[in-house]
Amino acid sequence: MTALFNYLIFPGLLFSSVIGLLAGWIDRKVTARLQWRVGPPWHQNFTDILKLLGKEVILPGGAGLTFMLSPVLGLLSLVLVATLLGNCLLGAAQGFSGDLIVVLYLLVIPAIALIVGAFSSKNPLASVGASREMKLVLAYELPFILSVITVIIKSAGSIQLGEILNRQVNFGSNIASFSGALAFLVALLCMQAKLCLVPFDASEAEQEIMAGVLIEYSGLGLAVFKLTKAILLYAMPVLITILFLGKDTSLLFLTLKFIAILTVAILIKNTNPRLRIDQALRFFWGPVTVLAVIALGLALLGK
Amino acid sequence: MDFKLKALTKSIWVFHVSAASCNNCDIEIFDCFTPRFDIERFGIQLAGSIRHADALLITGIINRKCAPRVKKIYAQAPKPCVVVAVGQCALSQHMFRFGYNAPLPLDKILPVDVYIPGCPPKPEAIIDGIVKLVKKLRGDK
Repeated sequence: MTALFNYLIFPGLLFSSVIGLLAGWIDRKVTARLQWRVGPPWHQNFTDILKLLGKEVILPGGAGLTFMLSPVLGLLSLVLVATLLGNCLLGAAQGFSGDLIVVLYLLVIPAIALIVGAFSSKNPLASVGASREMKLVLAYELPFILSVITVIIKSAGSIQLGEILNRQVNFGSNIASFSGALAFLVALLCMQAKLCLVPFDASEAEQEIMAGVLIEYSGLGLAVFKLTKAILLYAMPVLITILFLGKDTSLLFLTLKFIAILTVAILIKNTNPRLRIDQALRFFWGPVTVLAVIALGLALLGK
Repeated sequence: MDFKLKALTKSIWVFHVSAASCNNCDIEIFDCFTPRFDIERFGIQLAGSIRHADALLITGIINRKCAPRVKKIYAQAPKPCVVVAVGQCALSQHMFRFGYNAPLPLDKILPVDVYIPGCPPKPEAIIDGIVKLVKKLRGDK
């Protein structure tokens, strides 16, 4: 019963989607202010989701069951991530050994759901988008996992989120060391790619391949994908906070850290042009991976 | 008021169909998203894909080549979807009305909900058209 409540209401579906949609509003509002516009009201993203739920759902010819199932798959696994992270912040003892690994696996599933959904829609532009998304996943997973391994080494080989958090509360944040700072930088860049924000949004490039992977989705399916994206906008900054900035876990500081990470992502989004997919791949496997390896080496040396 | 309808009028995603227009109407449409007018305040966004659209913004004379494609695009849009004719050409074919390649004005092809006149219409006129559209959707005069 508690598990169901956790999954559906408090740190899970309802809570994380509300926070995620508000974070999406912060994104749109800051973008608007940077362009000297006024920007939408705070309830805009909620209105968008509500409107999409009321629209007609179109199944493209030849699209099978996977077309409607894959958005749900992505949403359900991401809600599980949000629940695990939220429970970890509420009380560090609630986790289990190895939940960090589970979170890392589950965070890939929304991207896979997007790829499967796009391929099953049988639209040529969607499959271009899906192949780009696939390359992007291959690109950012390597440095992201290296930076997480840096954190694991720094917390004496623990793969439990609660223990990583406890260690930081006792001995200071991971970011306060050379290796931690480097790994934090790498994780921020990977977060940008995971959220499909601008330098790395080739899979959804509105100007060249229309909406890319989302091109055939309308109504319910699109609403679920938008919700998934919103929850990802909540889950990724929280994961980075737990891994690198875990010193103070009071509500005020958590909110400030969340907004700070979000603002950095929005600023990167608004000041950079889109990279081609080969440039993104070269960027992640080149300089970013080198940075992550240096961070790993420094962590092994105890720096 | 209907909840669904209220959400629809507060978040209109627009798909822009440029059917043989001279590009001036298109420039004025993009002007609406600039800092001076900023219609994202009212939740209006340009959609990349027709499947995401709530409104079709059609500009230009609908010539023989375009007419079947415009019909096809309208059929691909998820309903409820409104059609807005922007500019004198889409309204009444303007100076091309005796042209050999312009068979029909837009409202003989698709059910048009709002007409925005002008050659090209100013952004103020387009915003006025949006207000008319919202009023029409809500059903009040």
